[in-house]
Amino acid sequence: MINYIIRRIAYAIPILIGVNIITFALFFVVNTPDDIARMQLGAKRVTPEAIAKWKQDHGYDKPLLFNASAEGPGKLSDTIFYRKSVKMFAFDFGPADDGRDIAYEIKTRIGPSLAIAVPVFLIGLLVEITFALLIAFFRATYIDFWSVVLCVAMMSISGLFYIISGQYVVSKLWNLVPISGFDFGLDTFKFVILPVMVGVIAGIGSGTRWYRTIFLEEINKDYVRTARAKGLSEIRVLFKHVLKNAMIPILTGVVVVIPLLFLGSLITESFFGIPGLGSYTIDAISSQDFAVVRAMVFIGSVFYIIGLILTDISYTVVDPRVRLE
Amino acid sequence: MAAKMTQARGLLYTVKPMNFQFCRFFCLALSLLAAACGSSGWNNPYPAADSGKNIFYSAFTERPKHLDPVQSYSENEAVFNAQIYEPPLQYHYLKRPYTLVPLSAAEMPRVQYYDKTGRKLSDDADPKRIAYSIYQIRIKPRIHYQPHPAFARDKNGKFLYQDLKREDLKDVYTLSDFKEQGTRELNAKDYVYQIKRLAHPRLHSPIFGLMSEYIIGLKQYADALKQADQALLAKEGKDAWLDLTRYSLEGVEATGRYTYQVKVKGKYPQFVYWLAMFFFAPVPVEVDRFYSQPGMAEKNLTLDWYPVGTGPYMLTENNPNSRMVLEFNPNFHGETYPASGESGDAKAGLLKDAGKPLPFIDKAVFSREKESIPYWNKFLQGYYDASGISSDSYDQAVQVGAQGEAVVTDAMREKGIKLETSVATTIIYMGFNMLDPVVGGYTERARKLRQAISVAVDYEEYISIFANGRGIPAQGPIAPGIWGFRDGQAGINPVVYEWADNRPKRKSIETAKRLLAEAGYPDGRDAKTGKPLLLNFDVTARGPDDKARLDWLRKQFAKLDLQLVVRATDYNRFQEKIRKGDAQIFYWGWNADYPDPENFLFLLAGPQGKVKFDGENAANYDNPEYNELFERMKNMDNSPQRQAIIDKMVSIARNDAPWLWGFHPKDFGLYHGWMQNVKPNQMARNNLKYERIDAALRSQERREWNQPVLWPVLLILAVLVASAVPAVLTYRRKERMAAVPRPEPVEGARL
Repeated sequence: MINYIIRRIAYAIPILIGVNIITFALFFVVNTPDDIARMQLGAKRVTPEAIAKWKQDHGYDKPLLFNASAEGPGKLSDTIFYRKSVKMFAFDFGPADDGRDIAYEIKTRIGPSLAIAVPVFLIGLLVEITFALLIAFFRATYIDFWSVVLCVAMMSISGLFYIISGQYVVSKLWNLVPISGFDFGLDTFKFVILPVMVGVIAGIGSGTRWYRTIFLEEINKDYVRTARAKGLSEIRVLFKHVLKNAMIPILTGVVVVIPLLFLGSLITESFFGIPGLGSYTIDAISSQDFAVVRAMVFIGSVFYIIGLILTDISYTVVDPRVRLE
Repeated sequence: MAAKMTQARGLLYTVKPMNFQFCRFFCLALSLLAAACGSSGWNNPYPAADSGKNIFYSAFTERPKHLDPVQSYSENEAVFNAQIYEPPLQYHYLKRPYTLVPLSAAEMPRVQYYDKTGRKLSDDADPKRIAYSIYQIRIKPRIHYQPHPAFARDKNGKFLYQDLKREDLKDVYTLSDFKEQGTRELNAKDYVYQIKRLAHPRLHSPIFGLMSEYIIGLKQYADALKQADQALLAKEGKDAWLDLTRYSLEGVEATGRYTYQVKVKGKYPQFVYWLAMFFFAPVPVEVDRFYSQPGMAEKNLTLDWYPVGTGPYMLTENNPNSRMVLEFNPNFHGETYPASGESGDAKAGLLKDAGKPLPFIDKAVFSREKESIPYWNKFLQGYYDASGISSDSYDQAVQVGAQGEAVVTDAMREKGIKLETSVATTIIYMGFNMLDPVVGGYTERARKLRQAISVAVDYEEYISIFANGRGIPAQGPIAPGIWGFRDGQAGINPVVYEWADNRPKRKSIETAKRLLAEAGYPDGRDAKTGKPLLLNFDVTARGPDDKARLDWLRKQFAKLDLQLVVRATDYNRFQEKIRKGDAQIFYWGWNADYPDPENFLFLLAGPQGKVKFDGENAANYDNPEYNELFERMKNMDNSPQRQAIIDKMVSIARNDAPWLWGFHPKDFGLYHGWMQNVKPNQMARNNLKYERIDAALRSQERREWNQPVLWPVLLILAVLVASAVPAVLTYRRKERMAAVPRPEPVEGARL
């Protein structure tokens, strides 16, 4: 398995380089270094000299990908792409275009992101799997039918609607929790309860439907019939046998998501005033801060690759027949 | 029957323990929530311990980019910096038109003019003879900086934190991690140091370009600093501190402990307005040195993050992702509430605190709210003391009064919410690119085409539909509240309006059509070729709101049978088009830096042309007569002669119509009844020190408005439990069913 993991990590390097090139290309198709400088320097009284100086100070005064005027390897290394990318592979993200340290920002924002993302993930998973098993239990009954209708309805509603109506009803009409904000310590609870609740409810429709499909596929297999023939209760059949055998498709979707929890949620964090990484990414995109956008995309890619490797490893845990070679 | 009873009993046994556990969890969650919220309301976003305290609560939408006074130039940064930094001058809180008064200066600066031989000239000397002006500024003694580790000294008077190594900062993450703090008295050298920082090679001051044209020697100083910095970096590495005190700046000098002077090229009366901005606030050399030590920047310990000033407040928490906190500066030198204002201020209760020491508020908490809906709802709950009005909440907040004026709705009035309005010193206009072969140029044909469009585009309607009536149509480039602005009949734009029923009335569409025909486009077609006239409108359009605006605009042009092609693009491309002169018609705006007509009229001056000079004249308007009058006007003191020139300039511009004059937005602000001494100030943001809060009333209102409502939660739980009953019954029935239905015995069948 070690060899397999090493090989997967080795495969990850060209993927990360590719992601970096694509991010770089997409960003600079839309924004020139002059645009970035103007954005950072403000809208008023920006002189061409100030732009040139800003670009020089921030390393944007070089050619993008190829420096024809440089000598030897400098043709590639004396470029914006090379200078901005090499350190990133050592996880040295440097300062944002506004001068603030990206690593510090990530460190301070990761906690609030996880405070929302982890409970939403865990509670959501628990609720969705439980509901899906119950619906599978009542398959082909009116409960099954109306549950599926409800799930489709719930997944058709925009996430924004859940957020706004959740804030309005729970915080504004019933005055139970703050509408938005964040704090550490005991106060965290009162701030995260609503976004977590909204996050879980918003995911129930699609999650439950997906797991129901998996369980229904599993429930018609021979070993389930055997289990029933043994006289096991339906609950035992579902939770012990069906759930265990349905783990591979569940893990495929779930484990890969775990590392991405660190990146936070873009909309939820904005509306609930959570100072997390999702909100940081949104700010960076709107302020054309290439350094932050590139760092967050890079981290996202790394996490995604980690998620895929973890998923493969988890297969071996839940299914002894799977071997990673 | 017996079976049913057993089932029912089974149900009881099954459900009851589950319910009990759930109730326990629910009670635990509620008690956790109650503990977290304390007795100050379950939905209170602030710590319970802060209830009833003299704290101002507000929000900010965008995180401030720069708090270093040499770089900061945005409104959202001024909200903080204006409470911390004290430039020599400030705007009078109550008087209008905006009036400069001393802040850290002991008196208004004295200006002396000199000719090129260095001979003193009289105050009314011909500006052409003035080679340079010297501004002498005397500051108040006994002003001290806020407590800060940069000033901390040991018993021997040696600085504690001015010679730190990178490893000394191992356990330091914020300024509060430095145990000792100190202060010192403000002196004139601090102002000189800050002016030198405008040219600092590692900083980017937005006004360096402008100031280097005026402050004598600043450009050369920047070149010298650049060379010195390169040598220093090569010698000592990237952590080397560039000590500006080692390099003198010709035009700026401390002439005493409390006096300094600034030498400015020619006559530049607007310079005093710059003296009311942070760019000219004091920065002590110790602070610059402190923040320049190795490892500080990596930990965000910079002046850009932790400002240091002498003002009434100091920034004690800087978390721009979540909240910023200002607290009273214990070293504040003291200031009193103004004793006079404009007429009506006394009646409005704005002079009740005259002569009382400032500030009234102990602390200000600014929370980050990126979205308008939570911001608005928290304001209604009493958790923000003030709020703007987004278009979503406008109808809920404002209605039109009996006299046609905007007033708060009954629901707002019941809550004691007050509305304050003021016309912004801003103009939002639609510009014609004067370099364009169709709409640009100075021929009669092009001029009449622009005039026709100016008449046709109905800005009264625009303001009514898209700004909820929050604005006044512009009659020229100068915004109301600025010296030189003319009100009433004398101020109307005769090209577009006529005076009728004691108010300006837009000319009829027939007038516009006539002008269009005279321009050679009868019925919107080129009289020579017969082709319809297509005009291009460049805009950064993003959402559905923009679509409605653009449709409206197309209809305005369609009144003249003109076809408007909307070329929507992103912000960067739009800026590029404007810079290169590729746009034909476009939206633009300007927010005044200072309340002088020069700050608006320069937007139409030829030497400010965007394409040729990369200036602020986005329309590239270049009328020699206007330019000549502008050169004369800009150096004049306010006087009837200056007004006459301004009138002439405005008249020329109106006739040439390089802009559709657009409108001046009106700012609407809502304030709770517990806020006092509120008066909007468009030129300054240091209003926090004047405002007062009735914290007891606020606590009482918050309690009344935010009583938790629990019954819906209990109802939902009951419904959930009730809906589980049939499911449990079904489950039990299924569990009792035989796996395969028993076949009915068939007579005669063989087994």
